[in-house]
Amino acid sequence: MMPRSWPTEVWKDPWSLPRYRAGALWLGGILFGIVLISAVVGELCVWGEKLFAFLSHLGLSVVVVDWIWVLVKLGCVIGLIVANGLWAVWWERKISAHMQSRLGPMYAGGFHGWAQTILDTVKLLLKEDITPASADKVLHALAPVVAIAPCVIAFAPVLFGKELAAAKLDIGVLYIFAFAGISVIGIVMAGWASGNKYSLLGGLRAAAQIVSYELPRGFSVVPIIMFAGSLDLAVIDQAQAGYWFGFFPRWFIFYPVAGQLSFLFFLIASVAETNRTPFDIPEAESELVAGFHTEFSGMKWSLFFLTEYGYVMLASFLLAVFFFGGGAAPLPFLRFIPSWIWMMGKAMLMMFVFLWFRWTFPRLRVDQLMEFNWKFLLPWCFVNIAVAGLILAWGMR
Amino acid sequence: MSINPMNSTPIRSETSGLKTDTLFLNMGPQHPSTHGVLRLGLTISGEVIVEAMPDIGYLHRGVEKLLETRTYAQGVVLADRLDYCSAMSNDLAFCLSVEKLLGAQVPKRAQVLRVIMAELNRIASHLIFFGTYGIDIGAFTPFLYAFREREMVLDLFEMCCGARLTYNYIRPGGVASDINADWIARCREFLDFFKPRLDEYDTLLSFNPIFLVRTQTVGIITPKTAVAWGLSGPNLRASGVNYDVRQAEPYCGYEQYDFTVALGKTGSCWDRYFCRVVEMRQSVRIVEQALSRLASGEIMAKLPKVLRLPAGEAYSHIEASRGDLGVYIVSDGGLAPYRLHFRAPCFINLAILQEILVGKKVADVIAVLGSLDIVLGEVDR
Repeated sequence: MMPRSWPTEVWKDPWSLPRYRAGALWLGGILFGIVLISAVVGELCVWGEKLFAFLSHLGLSVVVVDWIWVLVKLGCVIGLIVANGLWAVWWERKISAHMQSRLGPMYAGGFHGWAQTILDTVKLLLKEDITPASADKVLHALAPVVAIAPCVIAFAPVLFGKELAAAKLDIGVLYIFAFAGISVIGIVMAGWASGNKYSLLGGLRAAAQIVSYELPRGFSVVPIIMFAGSLDLAVIDQAQAGYWFGFFPRWFIFYPVAGQLSFLFFLIASVAETNRTPFDIPEAESELVAGFHTEFSGMKWSLFFLTEYGYVMLASFLLAVFFFGGGAAPLPFLRFIPSWIWMMGKAMLMMFVFLWFRWTFPRLRVDQLMEFNWKFLLPWCFVNIAVAGLILAWGMR
Repeated sequence: MSINPMNSTPIRSETSGLKTDTLFLNMGPQHPSTHGVLRLGLTISGEVIVEAMPDIGYLHRGVEKLLETRTYAQGVVLADRLDYCSAMSNDLAFCLSVEKLLGAQVPKRAQVLRVIMAELNRIASHLIFFGTYGIDIGAFTPFLYAFREREMVLDLFEMCCGARLTYNYIRPGGVASDINADWIARCREFLDFFKPRLDEYDTLLSFNPIFLVRTQTVGIITPKTAVAWGLSGPNLRASGVNYDVRQAEPYCGYEQYDFTVALGKTGSCWDRYFCRVVEMRQSVRIVEQALSRLASGEIMAKLPKVLRLPAGEAYSHIEASRGDLGVYIVSDGGLAPYRLHFRAPCFINLAILQEILVGKKVADVIAVLGSLDIVLGEVDR
């Protein structure tokens, strides 16, 4: 009788395995293909202008063209959020699997289970939608909608590349934070309306947590706003263009002390805002079963799911714009790759950090979470603002 | 005391004068973190526990009664199913008791084999604890690491006796089958693979700041309380009480092995956790020593095919993975025991919950419950 599952062989010398080398080749090939195609396609905002010019020349009235244009942009944003849900779940499964010496989905669709989440969506659509007998029917149905609507709205000024945003807003940062905070109402509603004690506890925890972490999240980006001198994401993006000494990118994360601290605080607060480990206290599966969405099934549940991943993506794009130069290439000779690919790449890297956190850290307790926020994060955010002021004052001298 | 959802009493908040009410929260038997079918009746005020009542019996199978109608050879099979995470220990405790009453001498090689299997099973069992405790605290990854290693132990057991969970390997008089050179090589390979993994566990979970914050000040059991509630095993030693049956009353020649007993300092959840991690290291040491002193010889004592124990009674206990597991046999000279009782460590460890949970947060309930490492198969029997 030979043993079946000895990981020792793989651990000794993984590169000697043909599968390992083939996988690395595949990955490199896919990345190379993306770069090649994007370089051919070029900037997306050019294509957008072409599309708008085409719409304008159809002979329709200006109002109708504007409406169609708004609908196109809305479709793009919602499509992006849904596509992100599909992609992020698959990616999370793959990454978590490889972190945990598993393979993750391998069957559906053939190549590394790429169709897994699409089929999951079909399953969720076909699933029975159960409303518990003790639930408040109206609120129970309304809660997922209240949760996801602000998420979609918050994406309006998000920059996806050079001049690639659904709306140009000179108060973009403020707008995003304002709308991102509304989703908590949906979560509290879900907790209250489910008629389940675990949901109720989850909803209450979510309310306290998200409202608290709004503060450090807002204050942590104040240094960035000070450096850029604007709340407009496009201006923040442009402020980081160019290179020091001709090769070192002028990204805000490389600004001494304030840049790095700001990044850390914003990252931590964003993880807390999106209810992900180590701050996934509202849904803490080992304590509260599934927290506020315990009693949701089918599409109602998946709306919460989409909201969560939507906010993760939002935070990733914000991190990319605020700290990593947005669409700017890290080195001058790489500028032939269009800005939207850089933006996507940086956002995906940030998303990986979120997933990495989730599969590494344990969960904090609710009171420890509050203590961390009010006694550590928030005061240091203020200190950081002062540091940023000093840097600016020194720079102006 | 009964668990009645209706008898919650209104509490008047002293600071604000607001009239608040407690909430009865039914945790289990279907709950992701109650490690089986344990039910906890929690009365909570906000997120703070006012009263906690463990409610057991959902997995009761009447093993002790069933044993009264089965021969001793059949009894091993039932003993397997008590603490199904460390079935070897159960077999061992049962067989030691039978042998004690029988006055049988177990061959040297069988004794060493028993030690090897019991310690490997301790590793497997503590790995389950390590993994599930990570999940309880919210870290998912350690679980899969633990199961990767546990799978190797189970493969070793499968190579040796064909079973992966309930082994029926240790029999009255010796062990069921011998091991070969290939098995020994595999076992050494596993141990070499496993030792660095333990360091990895420490960096991943044991000394993670969030994990420390969650567990180091939670669920503290003083040595006095621990003794008063009759705790045993790592739960007792985490409080600093040095009592390990392997050293206090050695069996199977444990007195010849060189190992240290892991002791905690404060008796917190983290101490209970870390005691088990250290015990895994010590078990590796014991298995290594046992492998090196494995001399050829018989693996089964010469016993009659059908065991008929003399009338009388015998009690023997061992250090199982979860504590002091004792088996008390009363025989009337028949084919089956007249009465048989298990001193199940999980059952006794569980009772302390009602004392230490009061005043804790809901999240701490899981942390404390997980740190006691109960297996409901043994609690309910």
